[in-house]
Amino acid sequence: MQFDLVLENWPLFAGGVWLTIQLTVLSVAIGFCIALPCGIARARHTPIASPLINAYVYLFRGTPLLVQLYLIYYGLSQFEFVRDSFLWPVLREAWWCALITFALNSGAYATEIIRGAVETTPSGEIEGARALGLSNRQVDWLVLIPSALRRALPQYGNEFVFMLHGSAVASIITVQDILGAGRTLNARYYVAYEGYLTAAVLYMAITGVVVLAFRMLEKRYLRHLNIKVNEKAIKGRHALVA
Amino acid sequence: MQELIPYIPLLLRGALVSISLALASLALATLLGALGAAGKLSGGRITGYMVQLYTTLVRGVPDLVMILLIYFGGQRLINDIGDAMGWDYISLSKFLAGTFAIGFIFGAYLTETFRGAYMTIPKGQIEAAEALGMKRLAILWKVTIPQLTRFALPGYANVWQVLVKSTAVVSIIGLEDLVGLANDTGKSVREPFVFMSFVLLVYLCITWVSTQIFAWLERRSALVGHHAV
Repeated sequence: MQFDLVLENWPLFAGGVWLTIQLTVLSVAIGFCIALPCGIARARHTPIASPLINAYVYLFRGTPLLVQLYLIYYGLSQFEFVRDSFLWPVLREAWWCALITFALNSGAYATEIIRGAVETTPSGEIEGARALGLSNRQVDWLVLIPSALRRALPQYGNEFVFMLHGSAVASIITVQDILGAGRTLNARYYVAYEGYLTAAVLYMAITGVVVLAFRMLEKRYLRHLNIKVNEKAIKGRHALVA
Repeated sequence: MQELIPYIPLLLRGALVSISLALASLALATLLGALGAAGKLSGGRITGYMVQLYTTLVRGVPDLVMILLIYFGGQRLINDIGDAMGWDYISLSKFLAGTFAIGFIFGAYLTETFRGAYMTIPKGQIEAAEALGMKRLAILWKVTIPQLTRFALPGYANVWQVLVKSTAVVSIIGLEDLVGLANDTGKSVREPFVFMSFVLLVYLCITWVSTQIFAWLERRSALVGHHAV
């Protein structure tokens, strides 16, 4: 194995890490903007919108990300009106196609997460807010959404990791992300595993950071559910009394 | 659209490759998952650490990276060993490499599924079986496994759905599965959109059929009087 090659080509991998993070964060962020209204509409069974959203979610969750990417990157260019449209400069670029696909995909998965979180909101919270005289809009923005998002946090961490790993397929359509950098290294020096192994280690490191970050967020935003701490405090008090 | 029709038999044969790959991977993953769960539950500290290492490593790496690593890295390893031993050139089959990679990845997820399911079996039942004088193997076969399948089924179904979609990535190493074939032929007749839409449809069918099968299995394995949700 020749790992000095990796060290010599560190800018290649640094660029890859940057592109992967960029794609993942943007996709999850745009996906969230799609998922918030869609998830709430699904939970409320809004007529017309709800079945349409369901179809979107089923389509994107039931098929492989790679096929979705092929469909948008290779598929759309089949049509002349796409090639002639003002969108062509965007749809021609592999990076944009990857971002659009990933955002739509993440949006579909996140819709289900948010739907679940909204559906499990304790009815007492909503009733309490109504009893305080909050308008429907205030109930949504001040009670329902903050409460649901907290409960969605652990699953959102999974979704983030899923997207990070899924984004590796972008390298297939020539995006120079982490795996793209690994493939370039392998091709340039005609080696078999150095590039892939480096990519694997980098993905693992980023996954670790993401998992830790979400654990910290959970610690902060799900403090009220952290019964263990309270139990300890209570036990401590009892011990003092005894 | 007309271009698609003559290719449908070919693509369906590709779909068969995809499904066989998924089933073979699932078998390997089940085996690894069972071993992993057993290691974590009953093994000593070292086995526990090894299983922990396995699940952590696998869940940190994208499936595509794992497949490339196993296929190209594995081929290189075989070549190196072959050179040292003086064998002829042995080529690693794409199907086998794909099966191995996907089975290896999802074995880590199933380890967690099986372990979680085992933990939900009330300890009293095992103790009761022991008190009745049942042997360990009999307890495993008559008490643990029937309940394990019931508790693990929802998680198992979930893993299967993700696994099926994961097989698409094996086309990258040149396996002539549904995605690989559709990508090649679709580009050659300049109708990639139509061909890829067909692939989407086939995957939706697979997803739908497996949902039905697992729902049926869950109903069947549910306790009498308890409805599977």
